[in-house]
Amino acid sequence: MNAMDTVVQGALLGGLYALFAMGLAVIYGVMRQVNIAHGDFIVLGAYSAFVVVAATGLSPFVVAPLTALVFAAFGYALQRTIINRTLGNAILPPLVVTYGLSIIIQNVLLQVFSADARSIQIGALGTASVALGAHLAVGWFPLIVFGTALAVAALLEFVFNRTSLGMAFRAVADDPEIAQVMGLRDGQLFAYATAISLAVVALAGVFMGIKFTFAPADGPNFLIYSFEAVVIGGLGSFWGTFAGAIILGVAQAIGFALNPGWGILAGHLVFLAVLVYRPTGLFARSAQ
Amino acid sequence: MTIAARELRVERWTPASRLGAMLAAAAGVALATFPFWAPSDIMRLVVEFACLLAIAQMWNLLAGYGGLISIGQQAYIGLGGYGLVVLANDAHVNPFFCVPLGGLAAAAFAVPTSRIVFRLAGGYFAVGTWVVAEVYRLVFANIAALGGGSGQSLTALIGIPRDVREAVTYWIAIALMAATTGGVYWLLQSRLGLALTAIRDSETAAESQGVDVARTKFIVYVAAAFGSGCAGALYFLNALRISPDAAFGMSWIPLLFFTVVIGGIGTIEGPIVGTLIYFVMRQFLSDYGSWYLIVLGVVAIVVMIWAPRGIWGLLAARTSWRIFPLAHIVRDPRVDA
Repeated sequence: MNAMDTVVQGALLGGLYALFAMGLAVIYGVMRQVNIAHGDFIVLGAYSAFVVVAATGLSPFVVAPLTALVFAAFGYALQRTIINRTLGNAILPPLVVTYGLSIIIQNVLLQVFSADARSIQIGALGTASVALGAHLAVGWFPLIVFGTALAVAALLEFVFNRTSLGMAFRAVADDPEIAQVMGLRDGQLFAYATAISLAVVALAGVFMGIKFTFAPADGPNFLIYSFEAVVIGGLGSFWGTFAGAIILGVAQAIGFALNPGWGILAGHLVFLAVLVYRPTGLFARSAQ
Repeated sequence: MTIAARELRVERWTPASRLGAMLAAAAGVALATFPFWAPSDIMRLVVEFACLLAIAQMWNLLAGYGGLISIGQQAYIGLGGYGLVVLANDAHVNPFFCVPLGGLAAAAFAVPTSRIVFRLAGGYFAVGTWVVAEVYRLVFANIAALGGGSGQSLTALIGIPRDVREAVTYWIAIALMAATTGGVYWLLQSRLGLALTAIRDSETAAESQGVDVARTKFIVYVAAAFGSGCAGALYFLNALRISPDAAFGMSWIPLLFFTVVIGGIGTIEGPIVGTLIYFVMRQFLSDYGSWYLIVLGVVAIVVMIWAPRGIWGLLAARTSWRIFPLAHIVRDPRVDA
């Protein structure tokens, strides 16, 4: 396998990781909290689309936006009914509650679908590719994922920096008490943020389910990849998260090319190296 | 009306806590006689319980007192386990001595690791520690000399009579259970414990009162790694076989989170109550697949939202029961009379 091919395939994998990571970045950006069930929601998105595609025969590309809408509503309700009760100065309650959700999702999926790996089929498009030179071909589907990730990053940058909703998000993130004094309702804003996060997560889940086979216990790895991409990129910028995800994807691809046992480890080591030498991330917009 | 200071007495122990401590001591003595009469499958269960309790106590010390919410203590459980296997199988050290040595190995790795993970705070620290545990899992899965991904058996025990092996393993387990629980109790009564309790209640306030928060957290992180490493070594001494997934895998995490939270975080009794609940549920519900984990997940969410001090916290608020009293109670003889 030539080096150019490895880097390009890694960057395309990074496009999927960028979709994974942006949902996590939204929640951290607004609430300063980590959703431990993030990866399990990605897997849940894949199973949801799998079931709907199997039952209705609709194209996964039609099911994906529908799943995103349903997940947005679910995220809004989840935040208002459960997660908002855990927010405060203590860091433990949101971690325990989202970890509890993680274990519940994993084990309910295990009971319903068994541990067998599943996948979502998209027919000929799954294998179609376009030649970018004599020795380099890229698949159409990875390109679609990459383009979607770019569009989502641009949209989130626009929402957070150019709209009044985004201004309110940044205000509650910087100082929840002052934001409340200024008339912002943080509970409502947190629910909007989780809705946006889970919409992106659902999209990421459907694309993940097309690209990989998936099983109920896969979620924690996706949480870790998302987290690594966010930390490598640095906080405060979705383009930074996007770039962090590309770096992670390329690191994993190079690791896999060297030795199949080293792929994921190579990604972790790049993450740890960034943490040691550049703890604020490579593209941080703010110091915090 | 002023009260002369000499008329007041300050007490730590109440009649209920004296009774509780005596019962705990009696239970400890009774447990120690098991090798003379109990069947070996019961002893294996007690050893496993002791490991889980030790791990829960260490996590409680870390998360409940140090404010360090780690999802990656399986790194040190696994390092203790692999420390045992390498020292016993390859360096031919007596396997029973390898239990504390496994703890030392884990603590040695915790020192440089803390430099990296302490760069992250709060929820990011939690996931960062998890990444570190995954790094250890993947590294050990790539070491062919240690059996790679499939692991290896503890061959060093060949030649030791079975009843001797079971009895010694069992007594080490009882000692570990007493040492971790007693150790946390002793630590909390020391100057360091006072600093920890202050950090638990408010990190900013503790810092402003002159507590060296960073140093205190470092000590607690390394101490918890040592305790978890000893527990890991003992666990795999009892299991006789180790693999990277069993040593560093995610199946340890529910134990950390659920037992301590359900039992009562930030108390010494809480992890004991929580580990008992976890153990009993796992023993009786594991025939129904993973339902016990779903039930534990639901209970942990309910407890965290509506009773954040856990089952022991609920009991302690309504009674004067304390098996390990830490608070000082001021007694005024005239009020008591």
